[in-house]
Amino acid sequence: MDGSFDLPLLAVRGGSKSYGGRIGCADVSFDLYPGEVLGIVGESGSGKSTLLSCLAGHLAPDTGEIIFQTAQGPRDTRTMSEPERRRLARTDWAFVHQNPRDGLRMGVSAGGNVGERLMAVGARHYGDIRAKAIDWLGRVEIDADRIDDRPSAFSGGMQQRLQIARNLVTGPRLVFMDEPTGGLDVSVQARLLDLLRGLVREMGLSAIIVTHDLAVVRLLADRLMVMKSGHVVEQGLTDQVLDDPQHGYTQLLVSSVLQV
Amino acid sequence: MEDYNFAYLDEQTKRMIRRAILKGVAVPGYQVPFASREMPMPYGWGTGGVQVTAACLVPEDVLKVIDQGADDTTNAVSIRKFFSRTAGVAVTEATTDATVIQTRHRIPETPLQEGQILVYQVPIPEPLRFLEPRETETRKMHELEEYGLMHVKLYEDIARHGQIATSYAYPVKVEGRYVMDPSPIPKFDNPKLSGSAALQLFGAGREQRIYAVPPYTQVVSLDFDDHPFVASKADHDCDLCGAGASYLDEVIIDDAGGRMFVCSDTDFCAGRRAAGHVGRLGEAA
Repeated sequence: MDGSFDLPLLAVRGGSKSYGGRIGCADVSFDLYPGEVLGIVGESGSGKSTLLSCLAGHLAPDTGEIIFQTAQGPRDTRTMSEPERRRLARTDWAFVHQNPRDGLRMGVSAGGNVGERLMAVGARHYGDIRAKAIDWLGRVEIDADRIDDRPSAFSGGMQQRLQIARNLVTGPRLVFMDEPTGGLDVSVQARLLDLLRGLVREMGLSAIIVTHDLAVVRLLADRLMVMKSGHVVEQGLTDQVLDDPQHGYTQLLVSSVLQV
Repeated sequence: MEDYNFAYLDEQTKRMIRRAILKGVAVPGYQVPFASREMPMPYGWGTGGVQVTAACLVPEDVLKVIDQGADDTTNAVSIRKFFSRTAGVAVTEATTDATVIQTRHRIPETPLQEGQILVYQVPIPEPLRFLEPRETETRKMHELEEYGLMHVKLYEDIARHGQIATSYAYPVKVEGRYVMDPSPIPKFDNPKLSGSAALQLFGAGREQRIYAVPPYTQVVSLDFDDHPFVASKADHDCDLCGAGASYLDEVIIDDAGGRMFVCSDTDFCAGRRAAGHVGRLGEAA
C-alpha cells in the first residue's frame, strides 16, 4: 500500500451525462483523496444526483473518465465489466439513499439487512453474521434487542441509521450519500450527522455527499463543489467556499440560508 | 384416440419443448424460457409438467403419475387418464416399472434407475422471487452468481424460528453454479436430487420455464456452517407398513385428537405391506 495515499481514491475527468437534449451534468472533474469528504451542493435539478449516480455506476456517463483506485491499481469504472462493477459496489463502495426504503429491504429484519452484504461476499456462518450485525447496530445507536424487528417498525431516523450500518458493515472505502439527512427533523438530523462524522473519521472513509443543506456540508465535508444547471461553478475548501463565495450563484445560495 | 396428435400437443410444439429441455440439460439448473401452451386443465394443476411429459413420451413408454406421493389422488388420476387417452401409453403405479414419472411435490422412495425420467410440476421456478420481485434483477443475479440474498432468507428463518424453518421448496445449488427451486418437494427429498441415476426435468407452465438436473449431477442444499441442512421428517414410523425412513403424511382419524402417520408414497407403502411388513395400525396383508 506504500504511496497509495498520495494517489486520489477517485479521479473524475470530464464526466458528462445528458438526457437527450437536456444536460444532466457536464464536464465535471475532481480528485477525491483517501479519507476526504467531498460535498456537492446545488439547487434541485442542478445535476447533483445525476453526477452521483454516474459515479456510483447506476447510470452510464456519456463521456469522461472515472478512475477508482482498486486494490489492484487504478481502473476506469466505465470500462469495467458489469460483474466487476457490481462486486465493487458491494465491497469497496457503499450507497446511502435519501429514502431508506430505497436502500433497505423492508420485509427483512434489521439483522438480515445488515447481514446481507456480508452474505453477498461469502459469509456463511450464522453466529458470526449475527454478532457482526449486533456490533453494527450498536455503532449506529440501535438497541441490540431490535435486531429481529423489521425496518417498517423503525422510525425514520432509525431506518436511516440502519441503512448506514448495512452499508458500512463490509468496510467500504468510498461512501456515496444522496441527501442522507433529507426528510428527517432537525434534532434527528443533528444526531445522524454526529454519528456520520464519527464513523467517517473513525474508519477513515472517503465520502461524497450530495445535499442541498449547507449546514450538512459545513459539518461533514472537507471540500465543496457547487453545481448549477449541470455545471460545477465553484469548488474549494468548504469553509473557504461558504465564508467567501466567489461565484454569483454561490453567493446567492449562502445568503439564502435562514439565520436563526 | 385419432382426434388428437400423439400425446395431445402438435409435433412443432413438442419439438420446441424438447429444444428447451435439451438446453436445460446442457446447463443444469438454468431456467430456460419456453412458449408454454394452454392445456386443458387449470394453471397450478401441472400444466408445465404435462407439457414436458408430452414432449418426452414415446409409444413404448410406461407412465406413472403421483401427487404428493400418492397414485390415487385427483391430480394424479386425471393426468394419468389424460395421457392414456391422448397417447395410448401404458400406465402403472409401480415406480420400478415406469419409464416416465410425472410428480407433484415428491420424489419416490424407491431409488430411480438409469433410463427413467422424473418430471416435476413447478408453480414458481424462481427461487429468488419472494426476495427480489424484479425479474430483470433476478436474471442478473443468476447471471452473475450473486446468491447472497438466498442466505438472507435462511438467516431470517433462523432469526425468527431458531432453525432453518423452510421445510419445502428448499433452495439448492446445482453443480456449483445455479441456485434452483426444486419445486415444493419436502426438504426430506432434497438429498435424492443429488447424484440421481434418472433424468430430472422441471416444467413451470404459467411461468413458462423449463429446467433440468441431468443424471449424476451434484445438487447441494444451501445452509450455514453452524446451521447445517437437515433432511427432516415426522419422527414416527409408518402406521401401515412400519417403514422408519420414508416421508410420512399425518392423517387425523377421529374427533378426539387421534392421528396416524402413513407413507406419503403409496406405491412404496403397498409394496412393503405386500412383502409382509406391518405397522402399528396396519393389518397383515
